[in-house]
Amino acid sequence: MALGLEASLGDTVITTKLDECVNWGRQYSLWPFIFGTACCAIEFMSAAASQHDISRFGAEVVRFSPRQADLLLVCGTISYKQAPILKRIYEQMPDPKWVVAMGACASSGGIYDNYCTVQGIDTIIPVDVFISGCPPRPEAVLDALIAIQNQIKGESVLKDRHKDFKGILD
Amino acid sequence: MNATALEKIQAAFPDATCKVVLESVVVDVQPENLENTLSRLKNEADFNCGLMVDVTAIDYLQYPQPQEARFYVVYTLRNWEKNILVQVRTPVKDPDVGIPTATHLWGAAIFGEREVYDQYGIHFQGHPDLRRILNHWQFEGHPLRKDYPIEKGQVCLESDSLEKEIRARLAKKGLDEETLKDINTEVMYLNIGPSHPATHGAIRILTALDGETILANVNEVGYLHRGFEKTAENRTYNQIIPLTDRLNYCSSMMNNIAYAKAVESWLGIEITERAKFMRVVLGEFYRVLDHMVCLAAALVDMGGLTNYWYLYNEKEAAYDLISRLTGARLTSSFTRIGGMYRDFYDGWKNDLEQHILDIEKGFGDALKLVDTNRIVHDRTQGVCVVSAETALSYGLTGPVLRASGVPYDLRKDAPYYNYESFDFEVPVGSNGDIYDRFMIRFYEMKESIKIIRQAMQHIPEGPVNVKDSQVCLPPKAQVYNNIEGLANHFKLVFEGVKTPPGEWYDAYEAANGELGFHFVSDGSGTPYKLKVRPPCFYTMGGFHKMVEGNMIADAVINLSCINIIGGELDR
Repeated sequence: MALGLEASLGDTVITTKLDECVNWGRQYSLWPFIFGTACCAIEFMSAAASQHDISRFGAEVVRFSPRQADLLLVCGTISYKQAPILKRIYEQMPDPKWVVAMGACASSGGIYDNYCTVQGIDTIIPVDVFISGCPPRPEAVLDALIAIQNQIKGESVLKDRHKDFKGILD
Repeated sequence: MNATALEKIQAAFPDATCKVVLESVVVDVQPENLENTLSRLKNEADFNCGLMVDVTAIDYLQYPQPQEARFYVVYTLRNWEKNILVQVRTPVKDPDVGIPTATHLWGAAIFGEREVYDQYGIHFQGHPDLRRILNHWQFEGHPLRKDYPIEKGQVCLESDSLEKEIRARLAKKGLDEETLKDINTEVMYLNIGPSHPATHGAIRILTALDGETILANVNEVGYLHRGFEKTAENRTYNQIIPLTDRLNYCSSMMNNIAYAKAVESWLGIEITERAKFMRVVLGEFYRVLDHMVCLAAALVDMGGLTNYWYLYNEKEAAYDLISRLTGARLTSSFTRIGGMYRDFYDGWKNDLEQHILDIEKGFGDALKLVDTNRIVHDRTQGVCVVSAETALSYGLTGPVLRASGVPYDLRKDAPYYNYESFDFEVPVGSNGDIYDRFMIRFYEMKESIKIIRQAMQHIPEGPVNVKDSQVCLPPKAQVYNNIEGLANHFKLVFEGVKTPPGEWYDAYEAANGELGFHFVSDGSGTPYKLKVRPPCFYTMGGFHKMVEGNMIADAVINLSCINIIGGELDR
């Protein structure tokens, strides 16, 4: 029984590039893992709640197991005590995976330039998109999500990403 | 009241020097008399200081006035019934030898003294579990010592296993190695966090389970330690306000108010009536928001997602209101030393009333879903009970303490900002179980809304900042048009508000309990030392007392109903 797309296409064959097809799928079904530590996590909650509604971008399936996620959203300050855990979570995520550093703290340490705060998570794991703000507004989270989607569009399934990254914990 | 408290304390401890600083009686004792002094203050009926508010240390290395010893340890104690606040100071001659512990008197000292050890390297003789708490186990040195450079970070390569600690806890609960080896004893270790949805932030909970029952529990905090206190030592008083936003970020403005109030109390500034009313209105509004987030999260943990939307959507709408007023959604930075950033905008009163009506509807709907809900009752009543005595001993304050039947609320017991003239009740629980901790927040929201309505009705017109060129910035017209105004502005911004030298403690009833600030000033525009007394930290210190003997699923909802906020917990 033909109901949707197949009803109008019938037996037609569509040819496309593998990258185009896979990337199209990846773009609109990002499953985020929320590494929420601080204030930014509250703003992520707002981004996910009804008013901003992250599901409009296909990223509402929030997972709390790194094994089931492909987008790591680091929301909040990462201290040196937290850093090995962040690295472990990142490593547990299956490829391909993308990382967003949400807010000033995750991006650069923010106002906490001191003995316990990691000065940007890009010293530990590779980061794809940074969001400014302390904390950023929910719209900024959606903006970052769109930026990741655009980035995915231009990637190739044949190439490994960030193979030779070395951080302070490596 | 404190004059009589001073007389009594001085009479009881003739060897010690006692003086009154603001609301508290400060007692200076030698280390050899410390134990005796503390236990008498706790146990004698005249003092009855059952609540240990805080313990901290001071490093006088760079302090202009010479002191008897480089380090001092300060215990802050409270008799909540008679509103007696006592600070016991003792010099520490050799930090490696240290001073005797107070853990046998107050459970709160376990966490408190660990923090002092971690940050200042002061040993406490007889402490059962003296190890780092905020910094990681591979950290070397003690960051709050004045000779520790602020920017010197230290990498942590792996997390602490906590194996020794959980075994010690099991042994303390009467499960020795022999029992554990027995084939009929099936103890399973379960670790939750620090990255786990149930922990609402970064806390690590390690439990030893028999089936699903928790035999022993140890917790690890400090994952969000971001050096508030060290950073504050390098900022002027007004520059610290944005840092306070990020303590309890669910009720950021309450931290702003508490902080500004603490500085103003030492400066002896009486803020304008309008500013007082604004602080009451905004403080209570944030109390409502804080409770809403706590309840929303707690109900999600219990499986009630609908409640979450009823509560969270109103909070989201309230952010729009707050950003109209302050320009920011979450981190408001709205107070200044000596007043507020600005007055309410035109039409605020109507907007606020509209939001309050929405909020009432939101939590009314959420309450209807749980009030007579058998599942909620069965899951929460009689679960994770904490007695009033244990709650006080572990330094629990705020809704968690009141749920255990202790009607201690600074708004009633040590009123500030005209709280004594508002008509409101302090809801008190009877069993100290999860149900009480839970419902108390619903009732407090109702009371807070009552206060907001009264305050908005009686708020006087007038300026929001004091007219004191030593404290508040001059109007912009003066800054741009005459040299005195410009110089005044420049000096206040660059040097900060100057506070007289001294040491003081001031407390405020925040959404989670007593939020206190302990300052040491050397007379400059930057605090020499600033210690936060965070309500969450001590609540977390008593967490194992609540959950041991209960099920693992109860521990999860217990954690959400005590509202642990990482920023405030770890600072």
